[in-house]
Amino acid sequence: MTQNTTLLELQGITKTFPGVKALDNVSLDVKQGEVLALVGENGAGKSTLMKVLAGLYTAEQGSIKYLGKEMQVHSPLDARLKGILLIHQELSLSPELSVAENIYLGAWPTNRFGLLQKRKLRKQTQQALEALGCDFAPDDRVGQLSIARQQMVEIARAQAFNANIVIFDEPTASLTDNEKAQLFETIEDLRSRGKGIIYISHKMDEIFEITDRITILRDGQVQGTKITADTSVDEITRAMIGRDLDTYFHRAKENFGEDVLAIDGLSADGLFSDVSFSVKSGEVLGLYGLVGAGRSEVVETIFGIRKAQSGRIIWKGREISHPTPAEAIELGIALVPESRKEQGLVLGMGGRENITLPHLHFFSTLSVMSKEKELETYEQFQQALDIKTTGPEQPVAKLSGGNQQKFVLAKWLCSSPNLIILDEPTRGIDVGSKSSIHELIANLAEQGLAVIVISSEMPEVLGVSHRVLAMANGRIVGSFSGQNQTEENLISAVSKT
Amino acid sequence: MSTPNKISFLAPIKNWLLRNHIWVFFLVVFGAFSLASPYFLTVNNLSNVLTQSAFIGILAIGMTLVMINGEIDLSVGAVLALASALAIGLQDSIGVWPAVFCGLLSGVALGALNGTIIALSGIHSFIVTLGALIGVRGLVFIYTGEDALMVSDFSYTEYPEIYLGPLSITAMIFLGLAFLFQWILTSTRHGREAYSVGDNIEAAHDAGINVKRNKIINFTICGGLAAVAGILLSMRLGTAEPNAGKIWELWTIIAVVLGGVRLTGGYGTLWMTIGGVLTLAVMRNGLRLLSTPNYVELMVMGAVLIMALLLDHFLSGISRKKTS
Amino acid sequence: MFKQDMTALLRRHGLLFAFGIFLAGVALTTDTFLTVGNFLDVIRQVSITGMIAIGVTFVVITGRFDLSVGSMLTFLTVIVVDQHNVSGPFMAIIYVMIGGIVIGAINGLLIGFIGLNALIVTLAMLSFLQGLTLFYSGGANVNVQNAQNTWFAFFGRADLFGIPVPALIFILTAIVASFVLTRTTFGRQIFAVGGNETASKFSGIDTRKTIFFAYILSGLTTALAAIIMGSRVMGAQNTIGQGYELTVLAGIILGGTSLLGGSGGIWRTILGITMLGFIQNGLLLLGYPYYVQWLVTWVVIILAVWIDLGAKRGKVFA
Repeated sequence: MTQNTTLLELQGITKTFPGVKALDNVSLDVKQGEVLALVGENGAGKSTLMKVLAGLYTAEQGSIKYLGKEMQVHSPLDARLKGILLIHQELSLSPELSVAENIYLGAWPTNRFGLLQKRKLRKQTQQALEALGCDFAPDDRVGQLSIARQQMVEIARAQAFNANIVIFDEPTASLTDNEKAQLFETIEDLRSRGKGIIYISHKMDEIFEITDRITILRDGQVQGTKITADTSVDEITRAMIGRDLDTYFHRAKENFGEDVLAIDGLSADGLFSDVSFSVKSGEVLGLYGLVGAGRSEVVETIFGIRKAQSGRIIWKGREISHPTPAEAIELGIALVPESRKEQGLVLGMGGRENITLPHLHFFSTLSVMSKEKELETYEQFQQALDIKTTGPEQPVAKLSGGNQQKFVLAKWLCSSPNLIILDEPTRGIDVGSKSSIHELIANLAEQGLAVIVISSEMPEVLGVSHRVLAMANGRIVGSFSGQNQTEENLISAVSKT
Repeated sequence: MSTPNKISFLAPIKNWLLRNHIWVFFLVVFGAFSLASPYFLTVNNLSNVLTQSAFIGILAIGMTLVMINGEIDLSVGAVLALASALAIGLQDSIGVWPAVFCGLLSGVALGALNGTIIALSGIHSFIVTLGALIGVRGLVFIYTGEDALMVSDFSYTEYPEIYLGPLSITAMIFLGLAFLFQWILTSTRHGREAYSVGDNIEAAHDAGINVKRNKIINFTICGGLAAVAGILLSMRLGTAEPNAGKIWELWTIIAVVLGGVRLTGGYGTLWMTIGGVLTLAVMRNGLRLLSTPNYVELMVMGAVLIMALLLDHFLSGISRKKTS
Repeated sequence: MFKQDMTALLRRHGLLFAFGIFLAGVALTTDTFLTVGNFLDVIRQVSITGMIAIGVTFVVITGRFDLSVGSMLTFLTVIVVDQHNVSGPFMAIIYVMIGGIVIGAINGLLIGFIGLNALIVTLAMLSFLQGLTLFYSGGANVNVQNAQNTWFAFFGRADLFGIPVPALIFILTAIVASFVLTRTTFGRQIFAVGGNETASKFSGIDTRKTIFFAYILSGLTTALAAIIMGSRVMGAQNTIGQGYELTVLAGIILGGTSLLGGSGGIWRTILGITMLGFIQNGLLLLGYPYYVQWLVTWVVIILAVWIDLGAKRGKVFA
C-alpha cells in the first residue's frame, strides 16, 4: 500500500440521544501512517463518535467508508474483525485469563473439536508481543500485570488482529512518565507500519508531541481539522471553547468572609500528597486537573468517605480529625459527588426521598418521617430549580441528566450548608441546565457559602471561580487568580508533570 | 511499575499459595488428625474418606463451573435424589442400565431447564434454582410416594465394590471427572469462555462470545453431574431415599467456597474445589474418628467456613494492593 | 385503549387472577374450603412463616440474604421449650429473644461491618446452629412438661375475639414492621442501602449499621416465631424449622420483592406467604399429598418472577 491513502472516511455522521444531538453531521478522515488527534471538551461527542466506529452505537445518518468501500459496523466483534480496534479508558480484559487468551478473546484458534490450539495461540501471541517489544509472556495472567502492561495487551490485540485503525481513548490517564514514553514509542511503531491511529486526549502536550493532524469537536460538530505542525495550543483551545468566557459565565461578586475550611498537608497513600488550601465564605474556589489527578479523592477525604494518612482538616478554626460523612453533614459540609448515578442518587427512589436522604432527622420526629415536611421541601426546590418531573414519587432513573443533577443539588442545598463542594457539577448535561447551575453557584457564594468547584472543563472552572488551583498526580501544582487565571497557565501547570 | 520485575524463585510459589491456600489448610488439618488419631493415617481410612467425599465432590465440580459463570445452582441436592430414585425405581420395568440412563437424562434435562430459564428470562439463578430445589424435591416425593425405593437385583450394589488398589470406583469417577473438567476449563473454547463470561461479561459479549449458550451448557453439565452423583449413591446404598441429598447443595457450596472459588464469578479452578472437598471430608472423618459427637462437626464446619471467608477477604485485600 | 389496559392488567396481575381461579376451583369442589375454621387454620399456619418473613424482608430489601432463619427457628424453639421446664415461661421467652438478637447481631457483624458475603455467612450460621441445637438437646426431642396448664400456651393455642392469637401477633408485628419500613428514618435507610449503597454512604448513612440492624430484626422476628411454634407444638424436634428459610424466601419472591434490593414491602411479603399458604391448603383439601405443593411452588415462583420482570421491561419474553 502506498503512503497517504485514506483508510477511513466518516461522512455526515449524526447521532441523537433523547433531548441531545450528540453528533451533528460529523465528517473526518484518517490516512495511512498517520496519528489523528480528536479533541474537544467533555460532552463534545468524542466518545460517542468512537462508539459509533467501534460498533457500540449505530448512527442515524451518515456513512463510514473504510479502505475505499462503504461499510457498516454491526457489533464490537465485527469492528474488531474488520480491523478497527477501540482501546477504552476502562480496559475490556478478563483478569483471570492469560495474556494470549485475552488478546484473542472469543476468537481463539481451535481445532474442529473446540479444543484450544494452545501452541498456536502462544506462538501467534508471542509474535505480536515481540513485534511490540512487550516484556511479559503470553501465559501471564492479565490480572497480575500493571495497568500499563494491561494496556499493552489491548494494543497487542491490534497487532494480532492486524487492525488498520487503532483508537486510543485517553490512554495516558493512569500511566507514569516512563510508561507514557513507552506507549508513544509503540504508537510511533504502529504509525511506521502504516496503521491509522485516532488519539483522543485532553492533554495538549501529548497531542502536539505525537499527532499529525487535529480534528476539533464542539457540541457534536466538527470545528475544523488542522495540521499539528502549523497550529498552536492557543488556536486549538480557542476552537474547542469557541465562545467568549466573560459573557457566558456569571462569577459571584467578591465579598469574602472568614476561612470556613482549611486543609494542611493532607496526604493519602497513592492518591494525593501534601495538599493544602483554604476557602473563605463567599468564595468560589476552583480545582482543576485531569481525571485521575486526585481531585475527587481530596474532597472525599474532607467529606469523610476516605481516610487521610496525615495532615489536618480545620473547620472554622477547629481541627476535625477523620470525620464520618454524617459528621461532615452535621458540620455543614455538602458534597455533590462526581458520579450522579453511582454516588449521587438512589435511582429507584423519587425526588422527594432523594432530596431528604442526607438529612432524615430534619424531616422526622422521634424517627418517624413526616411526609408533609418532605413534600414541602420537595415542592420548594422543584420550583426553585425548575426541575421537570411528573411528581415527587417518579423514580429519578427516568429523568434526564440535567434534572437528575438538579435533584442532587437540591439534596445538598436543603440543609443550608456552609460549604458546598461540587465535583464535576455539569458533566454530561445539556447547555441550558449547565448555565443555570453556573448561575446557582454564583448565587450561593453571594449568599455567603464557601464553594469548591471541581471541573476538568477549563472554561467552566475559570469562569465561575475566584481562584483556581491546578492539580496533577496527587499534588497541587499551581494557584491562579486575577490576571494569572488563564487557560495557558492552567495547561502549562498540569502538563509540566 | 516500569522497573523490571525482580525475578525471585519464591514469587511463583507465593502466588500459587495465595490462590490455592486451601491446600495449606488441607495439609494442616491432615497433619493434625494424623497426630491426633492412630486410625486416621491408614490406607483403609483414607480410601474411605476419598470414597465418601466423592458424592459432594461430583456435585462440587458442576457447582464450580456454574460459579465460574458467576451463577449458582441450589437444586443439585434435589436433582441427585431424583436421579437416584429413577435409577432404582425404573430397574424392574426397563432393566438396570436403561434405568440408570433415565436417571442421568433427568439430571441433564433439569440442568438444561434451569439454564434455559436463566438465560432466556434474565431471572437470577438463585431464584430459579431455589424454585427447582423445592419443586424437584416435590417430583421425587411424587415419584417415590414418600417411601424409600429398594433395589430388587442386588448385583446393582456390587458395582461400587470395584477397587483399583485402594481406590474405589466411586472415588476414581470423582477424580476422573475432576481432571476431565479441569482440562475442559483450561483447554477448550467452552472453558475459557466460561471464565470470560464470569469475569467481564461486557468484554465477553463484545468479543462475540455467546454468553447465554455458555451458561446453559454449564447448568446442563451441573445437572448431569448431580445425576451421576445420585446414581453412584443409589449403587452404594441400594436404596433411594426421597430425602436423599437434602441440604447437600449447602455442603457443596461450602466445599467450593472453602476451596477459594469466588461466588462473584470468573475465578476458581477444580484444584481449589478438590482441595475444599477433601478438606471438608478429612475434617468430618477426623472428627468422627476422635469420636466427637455429630454436633461438634456441624459447629466446626460453620466456624471453619467463616474463617475461610475471612482469610479470603484479607488475602484478596493483599493481592489487590499488590497489583494496584 | 381499554383493550390495551386490560392486557396490561392481565399481564401485571395474571398470577393473581390465576390464583383467584384456583381458589374458586377449590371452593367449588370441596365444601371444607370456604369455612371459617379452614381460614383460621391457614392463618395459624401462615403466621409462623410470615413472622420470619417479615424480618427477612428487611434483610432482602438491603440486597442481602438470610438463610440461617430455619436453623435459628429450630434452635430457638428447642431453647424456649426446654427453658420453659427449667426456668419457667417468662425467662424462656426472654432467653429466646436475646438469642435471636445475638444470632442476628453475629450475622450482621460479619456481613455489615466486615463485609463478607451474606449467602455464605448465613449458610455457615445455618450449619453452626444445627450443631448448637444438637449440642443443646443431645439429639433428643424436648417437650413442655406441664403443657396443659401454662400461660405459655396463650401464644400458639389460644383465641382472642375468635381469632387465633398467633395470627393476632403476626398481624400486629406486620403493622409495626410496615410502619417502621415505610414511615421511619430506619426504613428509609434500609431502602436507600439496598437501592444504592454508595450513594447512601455519600448521603451520610452508616450503611454498615443499617445492614447490622436489618439482621437483628430478622433474628428478632424469628425468635417471636419460635415462641409461637414452641407454644403451639409444646415440644420441639431437632428438625422442626428445617426448610423454613426456603419457604420464607419463596414467599418473599412471590410477593414481588426483588432479591437485588431496594424495593419490596411487608404487605407484599405477606401476600406472597399467604398465597403459598392457600395453595398448600387448597391442594391438601383437593386430596393431593403435601409434597405436590412443592412442585406447584416451583412453577408459580418462576412464572411470577418472569411475568413481573417482563412487565417491568414491557414484554414477557426477553
